Amino acid sequence: MKWSALAVALVAALSFVACGRKPDAASDGAQIVKIGQSSPLTGPQAHLGKDNDNGARLAIDEINAAHPVLAGKPVVFELVSEDDGADPKTATTVAQRLVDEGVVGVIGHLNSGATIPASKVYADAGIPQISPSATAVKYTTQGFKTAFRVMTNDAQQGKVLGAYAAKLGKKIAIIDDRTAYGQGLADEVEKAAKAAGEDVVAREYTTDRASDFMAILTSIKSKSPDVVFFGGMDPQAAPLVKQMRQLGMKAQFLGADGSETPKFIELAGPDAEGSIASMPGLPLESMPGGQAFKQKFEAKYGEIQNYAPYAYDAARVMVDAMKRANSAEPAKFLAELPKTDFQGVTGHIRFDSRGDLAGGSITLYQVKNGKWTVLETVKSAE
Amino acid sequence: MKMFRSRPWLGISLLVAALLVLPLVVDASLGRSWVRVFDFALLYVMLALGLNIVVGYAGLLDLGYIAFYAVGAYTWALLASPQFGLHLPFWAILPIGAGVAALFGILLGTPTLRLRGDYLAIVTLGFGEIIRIFLNNLNEPVNITNGPQGITLIDPASLGSFSLGQAHSVFGLELSAPHFYYYLFLLFACGVIFISLRLENSRIGRAWVAIREDEIAAAAMGINTRNIKLLAFAMGATFAGLAGGLFASFQGFVSPESFNLLESIMILCMIVLGGMGHIPGVILGAVLLTVLPEALRYVGDLQRVTLGRVLIDPADLRMLLFGLALVLMMLFRPAGLMPSIRRKREFSETGQP
Amino acid sequence: MDILIQQLINGLVLGSVYALVALGYTMVYGILELINFAHGEVTMMGAMVAVAVMGMLMGAAPDLPGVWVALLGLLAAVSACMALGYVIERAAYRPLRQAPRLAPLITAIGISILLQNIAMMIWGKQYIPFPRILPEARHNILGASITDVQIAILGLTLVIMAGLVWLVNRTSLGRAMRAVAQSKSVAQLMGVDVNKVISATFLIGSGLGAVAGVMVSANYGQAHYYMGFLLGLKAFSAAVLGGIGNIAGAMLGGLLLGVIESLGAGYIGDLTGGFLGSQYQDVFAFAVLILVLVFRPSGLLGEKGVERA
Repeated sequence: MKWSALAVALVAALSFVACGRKPDAASDGAQIVKIGQSSPLTGPQAHLGKDNDNGARLAIDEINAAHPVLAGKPVVFELVSEDDGADPKTATTVAQRLVDEGVVGVIGHLNSGATIPASKVYADAGIPQISPSATAVKYTTQGFKTAFRVMTNDAQQGKVLGAYAAKLGKKIAIIDDRTAYGQGLADEVEKAAKAAGEDVVAREYTTDRASDFMAILTSIKSKSPDVVFFGGMDPQAAPLVKQMRQLGMKAQFLGADGSETPKFIELAGPDAEGSIASMPGLPLESMPGGQAFKQKFEAKYGEIQNYAPYAYDAARVMVDAMKRANSAEPAKFLAELPKTDFQGVTGHIRFDSRGDLAGGSITLYQVKNGKWTVLETVKSAE
Repeated sequence: MKMFRSRPWLGISLLVAALLVLPLVVDASLGRSWVRVFDFALLYVMLALGLNIVVGYAGLLDLGYIAFYAVGAYTWALLASPQFGLHLPFWAILPIGAGVAALFGILLGTPTLRLRGDYLAIVTLGFGEIIRIFLNNLNEPVNITNGPQGITLIDPASLGSFSLGQAHSVFGLELSAPHFYYYLFLLFACGVIFISLRLENSRIGRAWVAIREDEIAAAAMGINTRNIKLLAFAMGATFAGLAGGLFASFQGFVSPESFNLLESIMILCMIVLGGMGHIPGVILGAVLLTVLPEALRYVGDLQRVTLGRVLIDPADLRMLLFGLALVLMMLFRPAGLMPSIRRKREFSETGQP
Repeated sequence: MDILIQQLINGLVLGSVYALVALGYTMVYGILELINFAHGEVTMMGAMVAVAVMGMLMGAAPDLPGVWVALLGLLAAVSACMALGYVIERAAYRPLRQAPRLAPLITAIGISILLQNIAMMIWGKQYIPFPRILPEARHNILGASITDVQIAILGLTLVIMAGLVWLVNRTSLGRAMRAVAQSKSVAQLMGVDVNKVISATFLIGSGLGAVAGVMVSANYGQAHYYMGFLLGLKAFSAAVLGGIGNIAGAMLGGLLLGVIESLGAGYIGDLTGGFLGSQYQDVFAFAVLILVLVFRPSGLLGEKGVERA
């Protein structure tokens, strides 16, 4: 009896869902073009995920405000945002969902761990994907024609950081959080530091959930490094810096884009002073339109967390390719994407043959008087 | 088995037909992402049935079950990807993966034979974490698992030259990878269900229940509790290893973050929610908990329709409702949605299990 | 040598927090045989409430000395968490007291998810900084450094533990708690109000959790809706290590786990000749836990031979 009851229930459910699909609503006769966005909107990285979402949303709103026209027809862009929870498995489901919903392109994902498995789904569907913040080298080396990013990858940033560390002192200690991002970057920094003649005195590890680093810092302290590099995000970087000072360590803190956030200063307080961190791209303030972007963004969503400008640029690069192709069809504007030559708020955006940012710049910042201030900008080798 | 006697084949054939057309209907109505959701649901059915043997039948609370899934997934990933340049066919890897997982099951089972209840829970939890940490760090000094970066470009399952990872046209129908995997998973899930059903009323199955109810009495009745417990661990691990291998081939990418503690807890929730020790209940629990978080993505649309605007971010609300559902379900159906007859009886008569 | 002392101090501070949270797990377990999975989230709520109240106080009364603000914040957190613990027990666990063993566990997981998401909706997805109102001076002990906050953590933990031991062994409530832990039905026959005792246990355990939560956020300078999960997990391991259900065991287990983690992270590289590094610190902690349990299946101080299944 139970089996047949189950069967009846299943059939009923199927017929229910069969009628459930709703058509796309077109507002004022304009054709709706959907662009996907995916990032963790729940979980520990939800604040960064929301930031990406806001960045892309601002771009889309601005583009729509200019009443765009493609192939002679007015179009309205719609951002479809989905939560991937920073989880690789959810990321593929979400990617498929975006494909189903008929998005023509995707801005995302945030984490390399989610971006890589999702890129396969987009590649299969022939939908271009621009990640604003995935930095793992692997993302663009899988051979997918649809994968692009508007941020320098770990190798590019790691080289700059390693070379810069050599300028700061002879002995370096390297810590990473054992995530795809932190480990990938730390390995590149280690390589570059060694190449620059640096002495790597300690290589320690933590996790992306940790808040206590006293044990590894005590052990690092005994090796008296001049520089401590941390590959990871600000929730770890801030207490790490605090605990370094608690232990009386004078070493220079060096971080990457995960640490170069206002939150880092807010959380670490006076201990943040003097910390140095890198951020791909050029300083927002010095870019044409950068200051305006910042003001608009902050008026609408509050402080920029981290990658919102990249999500903003990613969305505009995608629409730019559509304009050049004069079509919102993925196959057509995908052919235009590699030819991108776009002046964004994070820098001049061009892609190399793999979809990586070509010749991207990396800017080093230092906390001075409770603010990130520009130290110097380094052009990464191609 | 009353249900088979009255009208044996009608229900089953209806069920089989419904399951066969399910991905086609879902694809046409809800979209392909839902086919993917059902693919995962079938994987979780296998996982939940495996854990059901350990927790439901033998009463051994295992909180590190996902480790065996990870072992299966990484076995496939290492034997069929550019990582070591190996590309074994899937009929060769699956048994290897399941076997390696079973070995790990025994490895975990042996030192923990004396532990009971919550002590066992914490040791298995630790075991699961240890496996995950090793997978996350075995990229140095020798690169085995590629560390947190995970392993990409894993071969899809293929039958001869027919790769399940690509779209093909079958009988005039354009079918894609999620469809093929759905049928593959369905096949394996049916196998797992069949084995579970056969085990339930076998000598071994009864021995497990005896151990669950009273280990000392079971030993007194001449049951070799050590071997029977190890068998439970190995059996559960085998199913998980199988599911893991299929997962790796389906996803094409594995990384340690897919195998965290929360996954173990989720699978435990599935079997408790559905009804521990009862196969249809466990299946229901697995399907429900896979589908529910996805279905809750629509609460945004629901708000827009009923309230005219989105009051609360659907992404925020999703997990909140999920937690609430778990609590309410347990408050009103503490023995699970579809409890086994034995459990139902225990619950209503004495109140004390 | 000073490194070893520093690592021991690190471990003891970490362990004190584990011990306080572990007490909450172990007290509930001792009486209900329930793993209160939501306890880590109660701890998180304590930290969040404290930070929020302190922020309000600093806005309303900017002249109030920092220590007073912190104490009032702590008080608010403790009361809020006690109320929360009481409500959770009444609404989610009491109806399930006769249910199959794993049902309340699932409820606890559900409550845990619920609390996390409620906190996320109230306080946002961001890490929030703990206001800098406490003295941050560093002191030197034999070449190792320790901050005021850390000294306060160690001192407060010691006082609380002593108080708890007194409560359990010397008061009538403590006697009733021990009686209920042994047998609910017999205790009831002897005139103990079992429900009241269980409520009291939840109140105390949640209060301790709140204190631990405030300590953690003060020490690391931040609070976040997700902070309770890992802390709860570690504390639960500590409780099991010491012998779950045993109060002295939770204290011992907590301190021990803290020290093991600290020494493990600090020395694992030297011990294995650089083959294993600090990435295996949790492996080290879990391995010790497993080894202890394999040889002492009821934990370090757990009663032997008691069948709890």
